[in-house]
Amino acid sequence: MSLNRRGFLGLTSGLAVVTLAGCGSGATPASSAPRTGGRLRAAFAGGGAKEVLDPHLANLFVEAARSKAMFDKLADLGGDVSPQPRLAEKWEPNADLTRWRITLRKAVFHDGRPVRAQDVLSSYARILDPNRAFRAKSSLALIDLPNSRAVDDRTVEFALKRPFAEFPNALAAFGAYIVPEGAEDFTKPVGSGAFSFVSFEPGRSVLLKRNPEYWEGAPLLDELEFVIANEESARTNALLGGQVEYAHDLTPTTARSHASGDRMTIHRAPNSAVQAFAMKVDRAPFDNRDLREALFLLADRPQLVESVLAGSGQVGNDLFGKGYQHYADLPQRERDLDKAKFLIRKAGAEGLVVKLDTSTAAAGMVEAATVFADQVKGSGLTIEVVQGNKDSYWADTLKNGSLSSFRSGAMPIETHVAQRLLSGSGTNVTKWARPEFDALYEKAVSTSDQSARTQAYQEMQRVLHAEGGYLMWGFADWIVGAKPNVGGISTAPANTLDWARFDKVWLG
Amino acid sequence: MSLASYAARRAALGLMQVLAVVTLVFFLVEALPGDAAVALAGDSPDPARIAQIRAAMGLDRPAPERFAEWLTGLPRLDFGESLVSGRPVSEFLTAGIGPTIVLAVLTLVLLVPISVLVGVLAALREGSLLDRALTSVSVALHSIPEFALAVVLIAVFGVRLGWLPPTAVGADVLAEPAVLVLPLVVLLARPICSISRLVRAGMVDALESDYVRHARRLGIAETRVRFGHALPNALSPAVQQVARTTDWLLGGVIVVEAVFVIPGLGTVLVDAVAARDLPVVQGLAVVFAVTTVAVNLVADLVGFRLAPRTEVVA
Repeated sequence: MSLNRRGFLGLTSGLAVVTLAGCGSGATPASSAPRTGGRLRAAFAGGGAKEVLDPHLANLFVEAARSKAMFDKLADLGGDVSPQPRLAEKWEPNADLTRWRITLRKAVFHDGRPVRAQDVLSSYARILDPNRAFRAKSSLALIDLPNSRAVDDRTVEFALKRPFAEFPNALAAFGAYIVPEGAEDFTKPVGSGAFSFVSFEPGRSVLLKRNPEYWEGAPLLDELEFVIANEESARTNALLGGQVEYAHDLTPTTARSHASGDRMTIHRAPNSAVQAFAMKVDRAPFDNRDLREALFLLADRPQLVESVLAGSGQVGNDLFGKGYQHYADLPQRERDLDKAKFLIRKAGAEGLVVKLDTSTAAAGMVEAATVFADQVKGSGLTIEVVQGNKDSYWADTLKNGSLSSFRSGAMPIETHVAQRLLSGSGTNVTKWARPEFDALYEKAVSTSDQSARTQAYQEMQRVLHAEGGYLMWGFADWIVGAKPNVGGISTAPANTLDWARFDKVWLG
Repeated sequence: MSLASYAARRAALGLMQVLAVVTLVFFLVEALPGDAAVALAGDSPDPARIAQIRAAMGLDRPAPERFAEWLTGLPRLDFGESLVSGRPVSEFLTAGIGPTIVLAVLTLVLLVPISVLVGVLAALREGSLLDRALTSVSVALHSIPEFALAVVLIAVFGVRLGWLPPTAVGADVLAEPAVLVLPLVVLLARPICSISRLVRAGMVDALESDYVRHARRLGIAETRVRFGHALPNALSPAVQQVARTTDWLLGGVIVVEAVFVIPGLGTVLVDAVAARDLPVVQGLAVVFAVTTVAVNLVADLVGFRLAPRTEVVA
């Protein structure tokens, strides 16, 4: 037989039928009661050369998940992205919020040593080392370390450089893990987490085993293995082929085609990643408030969610942190072409061509930019999509251009404001710098009056909603695939404590 | 020119080529937008933090200085340390070379006998149904890109039928050889076609040549004419193609590694370039340049040996 092009196409279309026939036999019942034992293999994208086991250097999702399995922070983020006590049993600020007394839980490291106040101080000292550049450094920078002290083995007293009501957010910062005093060599990491280290092959796998002494109760699994598969299709195939039981970070398309199948169960964590366009308010053309509002009104959010996120998400209302603590529930903005046209005319921007910088640095950004450029057609404004280099995208768009694609994982609203919306913020991509806004933030974080704080957050968000630089059109679900017999997978937003957490997971 | 002096001259030239490649690669990667600090900072590109990372990595020193420093380590086979993880570059290379060599060697071990056999069979039955069938299949197979073939094979044999593991995720390739079956089929598909075509053409030419006719007139047995006289001459163009294939395989076939999750040199390269981890990229450039030079040298020497009348030009 000669295999010509038509024959090949015939073969592949036959294949599509085969794959489709594989789905659609209805979902199997979720696994039953929790049970112990077994090894769960979890496939994540990795970084090869970049991968490290040092929890303070964690940067990739797989590193975050592994750090979480082996180490603890003093606090971590709950389902509403508010700080929850972890190794810290409780925290008590003084009246002016400049000294925080933290009582540690009774916990032990994997080598049997207890977790002491001194370990906490030395972990933070390591992160704050001026000669190094750990990710949690900026969050912990307000700690006045020389004046902080260990009151006794299980009590730490932190001195802060300024009053800060949201200090527990800092304790929950990405990478702020507690390691044993003096730990520098992480080839065989020792932590206090639910799983302890067995072996590591960079770029390939990490094997961990149950820590029976874990303070929150021993995990259900005997063993947990992280394996690396960079391509999403490879993670899906490995799951379908029974090579792994858990596949992290799948696309909405995969979720849609396997949602009803019996070979994998799709777990969606809503409100995980905000999808947005960032307008720079310090330069033309978006220094004009009317033009920013016009752009807000031109976005057809339901269409963006349906096409770009394949329905795996919710519409956004130009505010960060839907469903999180302190989120302001303002009326949902809808598309209004007529009003947008009017505003564009008013701003004298008819016929203007604006470049929209985007890249494949995050999934869906290029698609969203293309769809949005289409939605803007007929308004008098033209958007020209420019695709840039993905590896340097975030640094490039921080400095250059006037309009760019943006996405962000979950973090407390306070952290989002502090990092991106103050005059001195390091990653202020919209160049939003207003003294009165800075003052509102100062008020929110320096008062111990809960209602005054809530009010300040509401006021900040009202201003941002009306005239800010972020057009936040949607919130993508975080999508994970698992074998139907895997139970206990949480759907808390990505970056929070329960996301990619395996000590509550079981194999049925 | 003797074989030894020819080999020596080629090796010296090869050394220059390796140095040229390494220098070029350094400055090309330098010319890419962003550096390791920017890539590591990712979506939190706080300029103050990027400056700190840059200082911690030593990237604040001028590029020529860093290149010179790296170059001085090279004669001692010191490839430096990864900017991002701080582990020695040689660790990345040894980790990646393993799977790449296993795949390359297995592919070649199967490739050479199969393609020679197919080529010779087709040539001996030139114009027959067998010849036409082999020709059609190999031309068709050759036109399917690796990724397409890989996706189809995985979907059918890995996922749907479940006969073979769809990927090599987390597996030790030597302990579980089943994970190598599909990647080997994909890697073999195109080279078998191209090399067997070359062998067939060479064999057809050789069988019609004057010296074969002369050998037959001398009454030498047909088997000896075919395999002792015609075949060695027919192989010499194919040797060059085998060399190119070997070079391709030893470079780590990125598409195949990505689809089947085989952590070989191709994967190391993609990760290192995305992270702008220059010392790792440099180390790989050395490995790739050395293998290219060595493989081509060996191919020329083998070609020289198979058909000594061929002129070799250094």
